[in-house]
Formats: sequence, C-alpha cells, structure tokens
Amino acid sequence: MIFILLPFVEMFYASLRPLDHLFRSPYQFYSDDLSFWAYREMWNTVPMLPRYIFNSFFLASVTSIITLLFVIPAAYSYARFKFPFKNSSLYILLAINMFSGAVLLIPLYKVLRTFGLLNTYQAMIVPGVAFLIPTAIWLLKSYFEKIPIDLEEAAFVDGASRVQILRHIIAPLSTPGLVVVGIYAFIGSYAQQFLFAITFNQKKEYMPIPSGLYEFIGYTTVKWNEMMAASLVGIAPVLIIFLFLQKYIVAGLTSGAVKN
Amino acid sequence: MNQKLKSYTAQTYIAYALIAPAAIYIILIVAWPLLETIRLSFTNSSLAGEDYVGFENYQKMFSSKKFNGIVTRTFVWMFFSVSLKLIIGLIGAVLLNANLKGRSIFRVLVMPPWVVPIAIGMLGWLWLYNGYFGIIAGVGMRTGILDGPFGFLAYKQSAFISTIIADVWVGTPMVTVFFLAAMQGVPRDLYEAAYCDGASRWDRFFKITLPQITPVIITMSLLSAIWTFNSFEIIWILTEGGPRGSTTTLIIDTYKQALGNYKFGRGAARAVVVMILLMLFAGFYLALLARINKKISHE
Repeated sequence: MIFILLPFVEMFYASLRPLDHLFRSPYQFYSDDLSFWAYREMWNTVPMLPRYIFNSFFLASVTSIITLLFVIPAAYSYARFKFPFKNSSLYILLAINMFSGAVLLIPLYKVLRTFGLLNTYQAMIVPGVAFLIPTAIWLLKSYFEKIPIDLEEAAFVDGASRVQILRHIIAPLSTPGLVVVGIYAFIGSYAQQFLFAITFNQKKEYMPIPSGLYEFIGYTTVKWNEMMAASLVGIAPVLIIFLFLQKYIVAGLTSGAVKN
Repeated sequence: MNQKLKSYTAQTYIAYALIAPAAIYIILIVAWPLLETIRLSFTNSSLAGEDYVGFENYQKMFSSKKFNGIVTRTFVWMFFSVSLKLIIGLIGAVLLNANLKGRSIFRVLVMPPWVVPIAIGMLGWLWLYNGYFGIIAGVGMRTGILDGPFGFLAYKQSAFISTIIADVWVGTPMVTVFFLAAMQGVPRDLYEAAYCDGASRWDRFFKITLPQITPVIITMSLLSAIWTFNSFEIIWILTEGGPRGSTTTLIIDTYKQALGNYKFGRGAARAVVVMILLMLFAGFYLALLARINKKISHE
C-alpha cells in the first residue's frame, strides 16, 4: 500500500514545496512554506502546457470515438450471429492484444513518412485505435450478450425492421455498456500517448501531455516542483473518471478473464 | 429446409459485413505491418533505400555477443518483475479479501498506478530516484545506509533493480484486482464446510483458495509475462536502456536500432525475434485458456 501510494504522495508534496527546499541534499522532510505556487508558475515554465492538455484530450476523444464506430457493429455481430471462424477470430483478437506497438513501428513509420503524415494528429490516432479495438470488442460483446434475444425476436414478429430494432431496443439497453467501453477506450488511449507520440511526432503543437513533459526532463535543471505539479494535472482527469466509475470498469474487465 | 439454409447464409453475410470494418482496419494497421516487418528484416532498409541482403541481419545479430546478452537480460528482468508482481499481488488480494475495516477504500486505492498514464507515473519515479534530492536517497543518507548522494539510475546494477521496481509498481495493481475477483468467485459454502470441519485459516487458504484460483494465477502469470516483456515506456523514460546498456531489453534494443539509428533492416530482424517470442507466449496462453474453458464446460 505504501509502495503503491508513496510516489503519488511525494509527487504532490514536492509540487507544493519551493524549489530551493527541494534542492537540498540530504533530503529535507519538512518545508514550512508549502504553497500552490508551482501550479501557477508551471504555465510559464512549460508555455505549451495548455496545448498539451488540449492535445491529450483531443487525441483520446477522437481515438475512442473512432474505436467505438468500428467496435459497435463488430461486437453486435459477435454477440448475435453464428458464423464460420467466429471463435478463431475472437482468439486472434486476444492475441493482437499481446503485441506491443513497438513491433509494428518500423513499417508504420515508413508508411506515415511516405504519405507525409509524420508529425500530425492522424499519426498518433490511427495506430492507437488498432490497439484498442480487440479489448473493446470483447467487452462490448459481453454487454450485448446480456440483452435477451427474445426482445429482438418479439419486435421482429411484430413487424419491426432491423433499423427500428437497433434504435428502439438495442441502443437504449446497451447504453451502459457503450459508456463503459467508451471510457475504457478514453482511458486506454490517454494512457498510451507516449510510444506513438515520441516516434511519429516531433512537433510541439501536437504533443500530448506525457511526451510534452518528457521533453523537459532532458534540460539541465529540471524545476521538479513544477514538473510534479504539471504531471499531477496530467494525471487528474483519468483519475477522476476512474474513481467515479471504477466499479463498472473493473467488473467489466475482470469478468472475461475470471468467469471464462 | 431450403428457407432455413437461405436465412443462415444471409445471416452469415450480415455478420461478416458488420465485422468487416474492424477486421479490415486491423489487417491494415496490425497484420500488414507484421508481414512487412518480416520482409524488411531481410533487407538493409534505411532512410536511403533498401536492398535484399538475405540472412545477413540475422547472422550479425545472433553472432553478436551484445545481442545475446540483451536476450538473457530481458528474461532475467522479466523473471524478477513477474515474480514480484505475482507475490505482491497475491498477498495484496488476500488482505483486500479479508474482513478488514475500510477495505472498500483500499480496494480503490491500489489501482491508481494501473490507470494513470505510465509515462507520467515514471516522471514521478525519476524524482524519487534522484541521487541528490530524491526521497529514497534522502532516507538512505539520513539513516546512514548511504554515505552520500547516490544516483539509483546511474549505476548498472542499481538501475537494473530500479527499473524492475518501477515496473512492479505499474503492474501489481492489475494482478491484485484479478486475483481479488477470482477469490470472490470462490463458492462461500466451501469455506463454510471447511469451517465446520475445523480447518484453520491457513488450511483454508492453501486447500481451498489457492487451488480454486490456480487457473487465474496461471493465466495472470502468462499475461503479466507478456506485458512485462513488452514493457517499453518505463525503461525508456527512466534510463533509455542505460547506463552502458545495463537496462536494454529486447524491446528497447529494437526501438534503438530502428528509430534511433534508422537502421530499419536490423531493427526489423530484432522485431521478428520479438514477434516469434510473443507468438510462443500467446500460443501458450490461448492453448491454456481453451483447456480451462473446456474443463469448466465439462463440469
């Protein structure tokens, strides 16, 4: 427990302390003038910080929306229909989850370079979506399976069309599932904004928070209190989303592995 | 009969049509690059162009002492990291499953390292490991364990251990949560029966809990091995594979060759080795999963 939380506590504590208190060796445990000064000053030290924050949110939102667009029909199909190669293709999806993006970087880099897409948002979104699709399909499939098929059949007998069934039965009933999968995709893509970002993008205007802050570590004197403050600001959104919805997310993610 | 057959094929078409967009996307962004990587590994591709060179990349790679060292190091790193994650995860899950006060809060509090972007968490660890001003060096100096500033990431062995610890920090929460979920799935009456038979707490753990959650332990160790093997950001941010290559794992080496030096051919050869190892892991995992599923459906 201490092991897990100490880094966060220390990050927060360091962010409150003045820089000259941090730069004392050996480590001082006590500072008498704690303040949120670093949280004001960081906007000057990291001038592009608002832009990084915007980029992180923008990339995560676009990535998760695109993921959902691909995943909804596919998951519905897996939940409702029987067809050849159904199980084997589901296992292939699981296997994709095990490949790190690092293996695919070389061809992707070359292709993006040929099409002049390096240093754009697309360069980070396109590979990001691919790695979210597999888990998202598995998750959403299990939600769709919970909607009783009788409901659909009854509507069908009553003369409803497929589109009507989708709009009036499936959509409302699967909203909770869609929300959970959407949040999974958002957190997932927010968290994966490093490898693709440092590889495919050198432009500051498009950097998400992690790669933007990482740049500053290379400088000779790192203003650690501001760095920690900025990091915490970067962490906050996912942490807040997660705290509110942790019950659903954990239940969704573990149900596949455990009940299987 | 004819009608039924017709509707069956129509359904198949609909099913495939619905899956097609996702499938095509995956083929373009995942499957094609995998094949292209294999092709590139037989060339000397770089920013300048490419020529077919046969097995040259592989020959050079396998005859280099450095590469063999990297493979060994990757497995040692993985072994320690995965074992620690499993042990700490199991202990953590037992504690969280016990009837303690405030356990629901603790259950939430174990999770942050898992959800927070790894890269940002590592910025925090960089500060903790700071040799002059970091808290770990500070505690060491105050207690007299260290006699002066000590850069944890600046020396070969300490950097190796430090990256493992950071990796364990990232990976343990998920293991814990899965173990906990498995423990909660163990039927209550098993415990009640054992309780009536006068089994001790210890007995109950080793004779009921442990055997019941073994499938999850096995799957989690494989999954966690795969993720640890793939771990990139942690090492990259903390040490970039240094000092003097002491934390360079296969993934880091692949990345450095391919995108540090733009030697795509050599990088691709390494990526192929990574792929083959991953496929072995994945095959193992899927075979296991299929077996467990079969066993459950038989019962």
